[in-house]
Amino acid sequence: MGHPVAQSVIQLLGGLLLLTVFVMLSIRRIFTMIRVFTVQGIILTANAIFVGVVSGEKHLFLLAFFTLALKVVVLPVLLFRLIHRLRLRGEVEVVVNVPLTMVTGILIVVFSSSLAAPLTLMANTISKGLIGFGLATVLLSFLVILSRRKAVTQVLGLLSLENGLLFSAINATYGMPMIVELGVALDVLVGTLLFGVFFFQIRESFENLDLERLEKTWED
Amino acid sequence: MEILATLLIPLGSAAFLAFFGARPWASRFNVGASALTFLASLNVAHHVSGARIFVLSNQLFADDLNIIFVVLTGLVATTTSVFSVHYIRFEQGRGQFDSARLRLYHSMYQMLIFAMLLGLFSNNLGLLWVALEAATLSNAFLISLYRSPKSIEAAWKYFVLLGVGIAQAFFGLILLYFAAEKELGPGGTALLWTTLNQVKAHLNPQVLLLSFIFFFVGFGTKVGIVPLHGWLPDAHAEGPTPASAILSGLLLNVALYAIVRIKLLVDGALGVSFTSGILIVFGLLSIWVAVFSMWGRKDVKRLFSYSSIEHLGIATLGFGIGGEIGTLAALVHMTFHSLTKSSLFFLVGTVSQWCGSQKIDGIRGVLKHAPFLGWSLIFSGCAILGVPPFGIFTSEFLIFDSLLHWNPWAAPFLAIALAVAFGVLMRRILEMVSGEEAPAGPLPSFSRIPVGAHLFLVLILGLGLPSFLWGWYQNAARYLLGTL
Repeated sequence: MGHPVAQSVIQLLGGLLLLTVFVMLSIRRIFTMIRVFTVQGIILTANAIFVGVVSGEKHLFLLAFFTLALKVVVLPVLLFRLIHRLRLRGEVEVVVNVPLTMVTGILIVVFSSSLAAPLTLMANTISKGLIGFGLATVLLSFLVILSRRKAVTQVLGLLSLENGLLFSAINATYGMPMIVELGVALDVLVGTLLFGVFFFQIRESFENLDLERLEKTWED
Repeated sequence: MEILATLLIPLGSAAFLAFFGARPWASRFNVGASALTFLASLNVAHHVSGARIFVLSNQLFADDLNIIFVVLTGLVATTTSVFSVHYIRFEQGRGQFDSARLRLYHSMYQMLIFAMLLGLFSNNLGLLWVALEAATLSNAFLISLYRSPKSIEAAWKYFVLLGVGIAQAFFGLILLYFAAEKELGPGGTALLWTTLNQVKAHLNPQVLLLSFIFFFVGFGTKVGIVPLHGWLPDAHAEGPTPASAILSGLLLNVALYAIVRIKLLVDGALGVSFTSGILIVFGLLSIWVAVFSMWGRKDVKRLFSYSSIEHLGIATLGFGIGGEIGTLAALVHMTFHSLTKSSLFFLVGTVSQWCGSQKIDGIRGVLKHAPFLGWSLIFSGCAILGVPPFGIFTSEFLIFDSLLHWNPWAAPFLAIALAVAFGVLMRRILEMVSGEEAPAGPLPSFSRIPVGAHLFLVLILGLGLPSFLWGWYQNAARYLLGTL
């Protein structure tokens, strides 16, 4: 553990990641949410690089490169263009009951920390303290999906959830085997493209991307 | 080599049909490709008996367990593609599909088959996860094929719910890797099922317990285990009928297969009772909720999708009870359910095209004006309800019997649920086939082969499994119990 500075930077990154999800929970503008997602990508890349430097695991640099390419460049560009083409730039979403969501979010963080505590004791990675943060990010993103009504924001919740998974994988086991990582990256990319197709279809059928209508009871 | 051939045929066809899927011969090409896949899967089965085959540095494998599902996938994919020829022709006649959508349909059909086979053959549990996700994505395309508001809603629901679900499974995968890495060191081998199976007794039980819960939530969403079944009726009702047949007949099976694989590992570390308890409770819950949701359904595809939840619940229960009989019965049940349910969807699909409605109220007079459809509908209905001598009777009887033996408290619950399902489904089916007036439209052309083949198999195999097939299932069950 010869890198006290890098260690504390890694801890800081974990805190920042949690902060971004809380921002996602409370934010109203869709455009800003994509920016937050990009910031998450940067945090993940930095996390992979720092953990890679301290632990000496070479493949983490490759992982960092892929994360940078996919989550900081490709996906945000795709999403921004989508928003632009759908003319959603200034779109504002009504977020119901932010304080309640926040309190639930804090409880989730406490819950995941306690769930991850035994794992932290067993892990032998240098950033083992962050496993709980990863789990918290996963569950908080779930909350984002639940509390949002618009298609775009639900997708961002799902992508943020995926970020939480990657973060957990990096910090618990220095990432998954490469074949799995590549498969996941491919799935995320195809999935996002599919989302794009869906946006246009939903747009055609419902005139806006509001999923309120999903809530209506099916007549049968 | 045999395994790679089985995988490359659907993958290559998917790529080919993405370009030529709108040609007049495309749907017959689809049949040919599926039939070839079926033959290739039989070839793998021929080689596998008793031994495991590995390819691609152990990433893919075939053993006694997955080969059953591989052959079943090949068979149902072939018959469904035969059904799909006529189904698609009729829908084109209604002006439903333009050429881009036909290409998408045929290509995604083969892609889905490929993804399911890849999942089944995966020895690497990470690859299994990726394959299941790929199956989700290709199936989402199929569900939204009609582009009606309802089908898009259904596809969206499917997509988001399964996206969340499968992410939970990935966390389970991380935990499993976390535990395995301590024993096996980092790298690809730490997620190989065969390797994990050897060291499972040394894996950390606490981590594996957490891992199983995440896996169960994740893959359970894909099986449609209550309370994670919200997407399933919508996806069945709004997608094209061939997709419903594949979804009910095959994809749900693959997800349950994945849970069983994980269960096997976790049992080794934790002892059997923990996972069994979870499977029994959620199996019973699924059966009950599904059966009582059938009450008052007006849409016929939705009705039968609830029946799928019920039957996958029964199979889950069977795996939960465990023991040689319970496991064997669950495997047999999954097979018979696949065959019976897809034949029901073929019939229901043709009938609702004929009557121009999926509503049960709109479907009348089938028996009088199309005797083959009417009688097959009655027979398939009897088969799905477990009337002897059809196959499902055998498996349900075995499951009920071992339930009486091991968990007698749960037996009345199962009995009541089966009785209610019988009453509701039988009444609905009789409503549809009875009546004097002919449906308005002309009878769509349909092939008798898919329904005939499935009913024939379910009947003959229900009367008596040939010894080599029985031996196959017994091997798989013993393999699952670790006694082989």
